Amino acid sequence: MFLLQPSDLDAIQLSFKVACAATLLSTPVGIGVAYLLVHTRIPGKSLIEGAVNLPLVLPPVVIGYLLLVLFGRRGLIGSWLLEYNIQVIFTLTGAIIASAVVGFPLLVRSIRLGMESVDPSYRRAARTLGASGWDAFFTVTLPLSGKAVFAGMTLMFARSLGEFGATIILAGNIPGVTQTIPLAIYEYTSTPGGDRMALSLCLVSIVLSFIVLLISGAASKSLDRK
Amino acid sequence: MQLAVSARKKLGSFSFDAEFDLAGQRVGLFGPSGSGKSTLMYLLAGLLKPDSGSIRLDDIVLFDGQRGVNLPPEQRRIGVVFQHAHLFPHMSVRRNLLYGWRRTSAQNRHIEPESIVEVLHLAHLLDRGVNLLSGGERQRVALGRTILTCPRLILMDEPLTGLDEELKFQIMPYLNSVFSKFDIPLLFISHSLLEMRLMTEQVLVVEQGSVKRQMATEELAQSTWAAPRQSYVNLLRLGPPEPHGDLWSYPWGDVRLILTEHADNQENVFELDAREILLFKRHPEATSARNLLSCTVRKLFTVGNRVRVELQCGSRQLIVQIVPESMRELELEEGREVVAAIKASAFRRLM
Repeated sequence: MFLLQPSDLDAIQLSFKVACAATLLSTPVGIGVAYLLVHTRIPGKSLIEGAVNLPLVLPPVVIGYLLLVLFGRRGLIGSWLLEYNIQVIFTLTGAIIASAVVGFPLLVRSIRLGMESVDPSYRRAARTLGASGWDAFFTVTLPLSGKAVFAGMTLMFARSLGEFGATIILAGNIPGVTQTIPLAIYEYTSTPGGDRMALSLCLVSIVLSFIVLLISGAASKSLDRK
Repeated sequence: MQLAVSARKKLGSFSFDAEFDLAGQRVGLFGPSGSGKSTLMYLLAGLLKPDSGSIRLDDIVLFDGQRGVNLPPEQRRIGVVFQHAHLFPHMSVRRNLLYGWRRTSAQNRHIEPESIVEVLHLAHLLDRGVNLLSGGERQRVALGRTILTCPRLILMDEPLTGLDEELKFQIMPYLNSVFSKFDIPLLFISHSLLEMRLMTEQVLVVEQGSVKRQMATEELAQSTWAAPRQSYVNLLRLGPPEPHGDLWSYPWGDVRLILTEHADNQENVFELDAREILLFKRHPEATSARNLLSCTVRKLFTVGNRVRVELQCGSRQLIVQIVPESMRELELEEGREVVAAIKASAFRRLM
């Protein structure tokens, strides 16, 4: 009863690609934004915070549509990218962007909480030992919030694996190109007789999510032990 | 070191101002908690920016409000040993020790990690994580870490507070040997008079957000005597002991003292309460007290119903506290010979 089509394997592979790329590309940016929010006194901080958190509360479909407007052929960024012959909509890049935007608030929240819980005395001690502000950040504050950074990455990875609404609008549902697991399940459920195949993919999805949880649990334990 | 400070800082409802000029190797910052000692330390280290004024260490301007000079902490070369050590929890003892050393330019590195590890007895701890260290070990690592940056001045913010009595006096010899061996100026912050007397030569007294007085540490110790219920504690530095029957005999200046307690250092510090010394007019033939010292009265000072007697015992001085009635019976006056009797068990070993 457990059968996977070649297209399902493509979907699984694509899901991984999208989730990994979205998470890895967002992490440095997430660390940067969290740093801005925790360690600096810039004007309009609450506006930045709001903008970062907005995707958390907006329906993913709305985000997908806004991204489509932005990255479309006549969109603000899309028209500019077109000059360099880069297309975002209906491509893998689009799927990655959609996942990155939707998962970003989870990442920033987690990193920010982690950074805020690091005792500022450590940074002060590092400064008096001859480390510049950046040096102290990279050698003390960031490693000490490593667990939170990792937790944020896991959350974001899991969120990306399940991303549907924004992806289907920005990247479409093209098998082998942008069709990730949730999109494939959606297609099976809307075709007659696809129930069984949908169920198999659901099982895959459950197993994958469970593995992510296990890995994150084990990693956070080993970080604790240090 | 030469330190010239003229700085003001307002923090919420607390305002701090300091105006002093000092020269010395071991200086204390003495005052009750909340008086602004730590604020001054933060201002010196560059962790807090004064609202106005200037700070100069030797010939280097650390801060000048008018000329817009404000060196960041990493360029001041002022080491800080914090009260809670603040060792980096994600690094081993070795990496903690070398954190500052690696960031010190080669021409300033005149202390080798090996010598610090040896002086502070850290060799067996190097590969451990810092979370498993005891309080005393943590402070030793923190001290070593700071010294390895070869700073021009070390600030110590109540480094002994929070350690139990016994541990305190185990650490102080380390402090003393480090500071005398590497000759680094020290600014020692504490609210404990005893720590001040053991660690410093002169003190700045900080009260209610400003530096009030500057004096020799011993002068401060004697001035607190006037306060009610306060007694004076003599600190005696004794040489290496020799066995004396079942007791120990220590050289103290040109006389010897008999003690019950054994110590094995070249210099041992004992405390002796001024109230535990008895005075006799003439040499008593036999007493249970093991130490009978012939002394000359240097000075008498009466406050209320207490009299402070300063004695000259050979080359050393001793302060004794008695009541006015005894003074009259003994017919004490300056220049008079008396015999001081001290029990062998009256001494308490500090370090």
